[in-house]
Amino acid sequence: MSTTLWQKHWILERNSILLLIGILIVIAIGGLVEVIPLFYLKSTIETADGMRPYTPLELAGRNIYVSEGCYLCHSQMIRALRDEVERYGHYSLAAESEYDHPFQWGSKRNGPDLARVGGKYSDDWHRDHLKDPRAVVPGSIMPAYPWLFTTDLDYEHIARDMKVQADLGVPYTDAMIDDALADVRTQATDNAPDADALAKRYPKAQSRDFDGNPDRVTEADALIAYLQMLGTLVDFKLYNDKANIR
Amino acid sequence: MTPSHAASKYMTLGEGGLAAAMTALAFVSIVVAAKAYTPEYAFHAYLFAAASVASVFVIVNRYFERSPEAPPLEIDGKPNYNMGPVKLATLLSLFWGIAGMTAGLWIALELAYPALNFGLAYISFGRLRPLHTSAVIFAFGGNVLLATSFYVVQRTCRARLAGDLAPWFVILGYNFFIVIAGTGYLLGITQSKEYAEPEWYADLWLTIVWVVYLLVYMGTLMRRKEPHIYVANWFYLAFMVTIAVLHITNNAAIPVSLFSSKSYIVWAGVQDAMVQWWYGHNAVGFFLTAGFLGIMYYFIPKRAERPVYSYRLSIIHFWALIFIYIWAGPHHLHYTALPDWTQTLGMTFSIMLWMPSWGGMINGLMTLSGAWDKLRTDPVLRMMVLSVAFYGMATFEGPVMSIKEVNSLSHYTDWTIGHVHSGALGWVAFISFGAVYCLVPWLWNRPLYSLRLVSWHFWIATIGIVVYVTSMWVSGILQGLMWRSYTSLGFLEYSFIETVQAMHPFYVIRALGGALFLAGALIMAFNVWRTLYPPREALAPAANLVPAE
Repeated sequence: MSTTLWQKHWILERNSILLLIGILIVIAIGGLVEVIPLFYLKSTIETADGMRPYTPLELAGRNIYVSEGCYLCHSQMIRALRDEVERYGHYSLAAESEYDHPFQWGSKRNGPDLARVGGKYSDDWHRDHLKDPRAVVPGSIMPAYPWLFTTDLDYEHIARDMKVQADLGVPYTDAMIDDALADVRTQATDNAPDADALAKRYPKAQSRDFDGNPDRVTEADALIAYLQMLGTLVDFKLYNDKANIR
Repeated sequence: MTPSHAASKYMTLGEGGLAAAMTALAFVSIVVAAKAYTPEYAFHAYLFAAASVASVFVIVNRYFERSPEAPPLEIDGKPNYNMGPVKLATLLSLFWGIAGMTAGLWIALELAYPALNFGLAYISFGRLRPLHTSAVIFAFGGNVLLATSFYVVQRTCRARLAGDLAPWFVILGYNFFIVIAGTGYLLGITQSKEYAEPEWYADLWLTIVWVVYLLVYMGTLMRRKEPHIYVANWFYLAFMVTIAVLHITNNAAIPVSLFSSKSYIVWAGVQDAMVQWWYGHNAVGFFLTAGFLGIMYYFIPKRAERPVYSYRLSIIHFWALIFIYIWAGPHHLHYTALPDWTQTLGMTFSIMLWMPSWGGMINGLMTLSGAWDKLRTDPVLRMMVLSVAFYGMATFEGPVMSIKEVNSLSHYTDWTIGHVHSGALGWVAFISFGAVYCLVPWLWNRPLYSLRLVSWHFWIATIGIVVYVTSMWVSGILQGLMWRSYTSLGFLEYSFIETVQAMHPFYVIRALGGALFLAGALIMAFNVWRTLYPPREALAPAANLVPAE
């Protein structure tokens, strides 16, 4: 009896196509069961007011965050653990990264979590810190990023980036995409006349000269604008934890 | 060349087709280079153009050089193996291994001494870290897998590798992908998905290469003279198929433009996190485990001159391993915004994974039955056996770390880094070194220059691994405990930077461990070089001894 069972395996051992198909079926199951429900179970992403797409400047800053590999040392995911909530703030919601293509949760904390770093430090602090981390945080092991302050931000095509994101389901309107270039300049300027209009399109958007150099829009402008908005969109005084128990 | 000779010679469909495709690619690349949004992307387009033009030149040149008939499948009833691509991939794996380990040592030193970043974009930690991981996993490990899979499939099927240009296309195309990926990171081109950082155009190129790889492999299996497909090939096949599925799904992206290196992943937020770690953990499970188990199932029996311990265990091992591994991804996302049911499912299967993993380890180790004495005399076999032992240790530690309560401490810390390296250095690199030490003498048909040097490599690298892993255990657990430490008044005891400063001594010790491991690899490169190019003195006395017979 047992020999015949083992011999049945010969069918696969003697036919490379059947073996290939068998492998495909066996490896498909786990992935399908774990991934597919996340797209249709409503409980996967909480209802949280305040989420909006990134402004063009924030998006450009996020792209710099990605290309410099910041996620390799900084998580953006506060776990639901007492010490993390006390150190960094309310645990991260799935809703808070629902427009993130790709996600930036990270996997290693050589530096602290950044999910709620927005507003924790001044722009001045961020400038000093990015130029020379050890000048403001003795003992830091972060690299210095002086080139961000001398490199003009390349945002000529940012509207195309937003268009692609809109195609992927990020709620960018046509007006947002059309005004993208002007919005970058507005948000990177002190006392810009259009700042209110920008904040209407993108609630809580902060407009000012982030890099301390009013003459140019640099990569530092974009990166600091992104850092300063991280975790600021959802108002946790109004957020109902109980309604979202999963 | 006589005219009649030339008349009977035709370009094959493969040669003509590939030359035409590469010509087209060269033209497209030049257009892209001219209209690229950024100079970095233009640089990559020029690399594509140069490589395409070079490949057309090589194909045409090879056509004029080769004999009119295709190489025979058999000579005198023996298979006419095609080992050229295997030799190339073997040597490339050595080159990339040393490059990747050097990058690793450098970033380890950057964490200990941040001044080594020098404020320069190209060598800052965030850009070099993916260079290190990709170079060791995909460049070093990948070339070892290409070399050994092409070797094993030919020997166990007793058939010549399918395809004429195709195997060369696989090896060269794959290594070109590595060049694009690596230079991209240094220039800031990355999509930030860990172990899948290369941008859309590199991903597309790899997809083409991978499909050809699978076709060559399947074609060779179909040519086999043996009725049964040997177990090593099941693992290689599972590795190829699954990596294809993972690669395409995880990298699904829409480029901003044909003229931009930037793309956006189609998945977002929590779903993207799940897809990423389904990919990420199975890059470990199928690239770094299934593929290398293929190596174990061929090279250990061969070297020990003993059959695999249990055929039935290998069947259970194979199907259980590939079925269970694919579920383990969510253990990278414990206590995050990923729904609890997914986390629990991931944890449960991760613990179950311990069983097939140890089944494989037992099957590998027990193959030594009746040949344990060889460990005393053969340092190559010793290296491979230790690698299986490390596989057992790492696959025990993994399930432990996947338990939520343990993970709440270990996640985000160096414990994970230590765990990865006990698997990557202990298991993957050691079985690879063992395979290369076997392959070089077999492929070039000459004895290894020095077994003593293999012994030195073995001990120096083993000490390096132990130093590396223990320092990361201590630093990881220490930092995890410091993060959650409270004072008697109920406040968090340490600021974040205090926990960073506490890591410094362990980062120095870790770099030392890495340096030892790199030193071992350099000894190996020297040994291989001396095997391929023996010193004159080594040959001379041997020649003198002949008359004494």
